[in-house]
Amino acid sequence: MKTDIILAGVGGQGILTIAAAIGFATLSEKMFVKQSELHGMSQRGGAVQSHLRLSDQPVASDLIPMGCADLILSVEPMESLRYLPYLNPGGCLVTNSVPYLNIPNYPEEKTIHDAVKSLPNYIWINADEIARECGSIKSSNIVMLGAASRFINLPFSALQEGVRQVFGRKGDEIVTMNLKALEAGQQAAALKP
Amino acid sequence: MAQMVLLGAEALAQGALDAGLSGIYAYPGTPSTEITEYVQRNRYARENGIHSAWSANEKTAVEAALGMSYAGKRAMACMKHVGLNVAADPFINSAITGAGGGLIIAVADDPSMHSSQNEQDSRFYGQFAFLPIFEPSSQQEAYDMAFTAFELSEKYHLPVLMRITTRMAHSRAMVECRETRKQNSLRLPDDPRQFVLLPAIAKKRYRQLLNLQPLLEKEAEKSPFNCLLPGSDSSLGIITCGIAHNYVLENYPDGVPYPNLKIGQYPVPLDLISKLVSEVDQILVLEEGYPLLEQSLRGLLNNGAKPVKGRLDGTVPRDGELTPDAVAVAMGLAAQTGPDAPEFLASRPPSMCKGCGHIDTYNALLEAIEGFGPGRTFSDIGCYTLGALPPFNAINSCVDMGASITMAKGAADAGLLPSVAVIGDSTFTHSGMTGLLDVVNENSPITIIISDNETTGMTGGQTSSATGRLESICLGIGIDPEHLKVIIPLKKNHEENVRIIRQELQHPAPSVIISRRECIQTATRKRKEQKS
Ligand SMILES: Cc1ncc(C[n+]2csc(CCOP(=O)(O)OP(=O)(O)O)c2C)c(N)n1
Repeated sequence: MKTDIILAGVGGQGILTIAAAIGFATLSEKMFVKQSELHGMSQRGGAVQSHLRLSDQPVASDLIPMGCADLILSVEPMESLRYLPYLNPGGCLVTNSVPYLNIPNYPEEKTIHDAVKSLPNYIWINADEIARECGSIKSSNIVMLGAASRFINLPFSALQEGVRQVFGRKGDEIVTMNLKALEAGQQAAALKP
Repeated sequence: MAQMVLLGAEALAQGALDAGLSGIYAYPGTPSTEITEYVQRNRYARENGIHSAWSANEKTAVEAALGMSYAGKRAMACMKHVGLNVAADPFINSAITGAGGGLIIAVADDPSMHSSQNEQDSRFYGQFAFLPIFEPSSQQEAYDMAFTAFELSEKYHLPVLMRITTRMAHSRAMVECRETRKQNSLRLPDDPRQFVLLPAIAKKRYRQLLNLQPLLEKEAEKSPFNCLLPGSDSSLGIITCGIAHNYVLENYPDGVPYPNLKIGQYPVPLDLISKLVSEVDQILVLEEGYPLLEQSLRGLLNNGAKPVKGRLDGTVPRDGELTPDAVAVAMGLAAQTGPDAPEFLASRPPSMCKGCGHIDTYNALLEAIEGFGPGRTFSDIGCYTLGALPPFNAINSCVDMGASITMAKGAADAGLLPSVAVIGDSTFTHSGMTGLLDVVNENSPITIIISDNETTGMTGGQTSSATGRLESICLGIGIDPEHLKVIIPLKKNHEENVRIIRQELQHPAPSVIISRRECIQTATRKRKEQKS
């Protein structure tokens, strides 16, 4: 069994934190992982992506081949569409609906929503709002991880452990808030078809 | 032993530490920065006094590492590919001096230019210098190769090039670690003149280096990083270098049908190549980078006994990094893809952060220079290069570190007046200072703006060698104190800053304006670190 995940967003939105949480989650599960990311130029408010591959077999390529991703997990709606050529026919696109506006020519939000709705499998949720209800908008990336959790081939408890590991150093309060965000994301996605 | 999940860059650092490293010397540069940062954060390294402070540039880094090797200890110098251009002089000559303690020169190439000006392939430098090269295909190999490279370096008393590429440097996987080897103790070279490259000595040492080549090739032939893997279909033979091997495996999950040779250590193992070539009808060469091996296999007249396919005949794209998809097509497999990305997507280029001091500096410069005509601002490499993009469109060049000052000088020599240089603080101490000396010596009438955010911002906020020293450096080089100005790039100072810049633009001799405000990213990080 394998899960190939494209993580997408804008520099500074926390996709590498999602990757780290999933990475820690796999440690307790004896799985093979490769996770590729880009640093440098791409951090300055530009588009960022990371390829994350989990499998019970050794993983060969650090990059996911086109048409092979089981999941596109995006913290920004337009960015979720940028990597569609990587999605496999049965794959799912899970995205935050709140745009990150730092360019003058951002497309109409409705156009983006329509493009997402035209896909056979998608989840569209307002992660910022859910995160705010959990205590801080900063956790919206973890809300998205929760929302995508059923497409990731790992027990939910492993993801909870991953979140604990990632935020452990920042104290109990932050850990609790992010665990809440993870669960809230999972529940919000459960309500979607 | 311990297992760790590490980036390729970090695996190399951990490998070097475990193999008895005494010092790492580096100037930051994507995708090599994480090698040094890993050692800086590492507790064992701190407790054992392993050197890891940043160097002023790549040349000083390689020279310091060579000095540590001279003294018998294991050292590593790290840089991005273009850094090796800066360090080329000590690099090439270190092959002639040879090494004492093990010496690794680790260079991270950036095919596809994710964050670079070009995609040069450092293996050419290794070949040019007649040095052994290692090129890992996995994080585990990056770790293991540190051990092998130090051993080989000490066995032949030669520096060794460790070449990684972006996807290797910035991808994480599990690595199994070995026990830590003790550091070497201090030991001078047996021959006290080994490092004295006077022509008479250099000639002798160069001949020795040439004589070592067949032995280095023998090492490559029995290296565990070079292996010829069998395959039942002899219509094609595949040679892969570094991570290209992974993309071949990815496309054949049930086993590669063709005989294939995986190369991770150079000079290339000739006997393995001949064996493969004799078994197959044609050869496909897959290299992450320039067609180095492909070119030499073909020969100038393309008259090899068997057809060679790769980047040169279009089987693989001529430029850019390899992908599993490009490799699939090269092997004749069907390309797969998901739905097209919609056409309405807007690109989202990197940009300067909200509140960045560079923005206020450009706003003031743009207003001050208005009326003089376009095309007179030479810039450099760093976050401030993003001033090339709208809405600023403020700069006319970005070539290599330090080139702003010297290009502005050349343009002024040609009669383009005023000419302006915009350079960052770290870039200035990297390679701008020597250019400033030319400017001062010839009294060239240019205006140099040092946009000082007191950090090496573009690569993630490393300490800048320039911090706290810019005024004294400029005065020491000979800038007239009357024309060394310091401004604070803030909105409220805009009018004043415009006035000062305009005044200096009209000054018929060199002037330096230091525009100083701390990088907001670095300031925030420092505040967080202080809190915890
Ligand atoms: C020879 C060379 N070494 C390293 C780099 C990588 N690099 C690009 S920009 C930069 C940082 C420049 O810092 P600074 O001049 O202070 O400007 P800032 O980014 O802080 O604005 C570095 C290290 C490079 N492009 N070329």
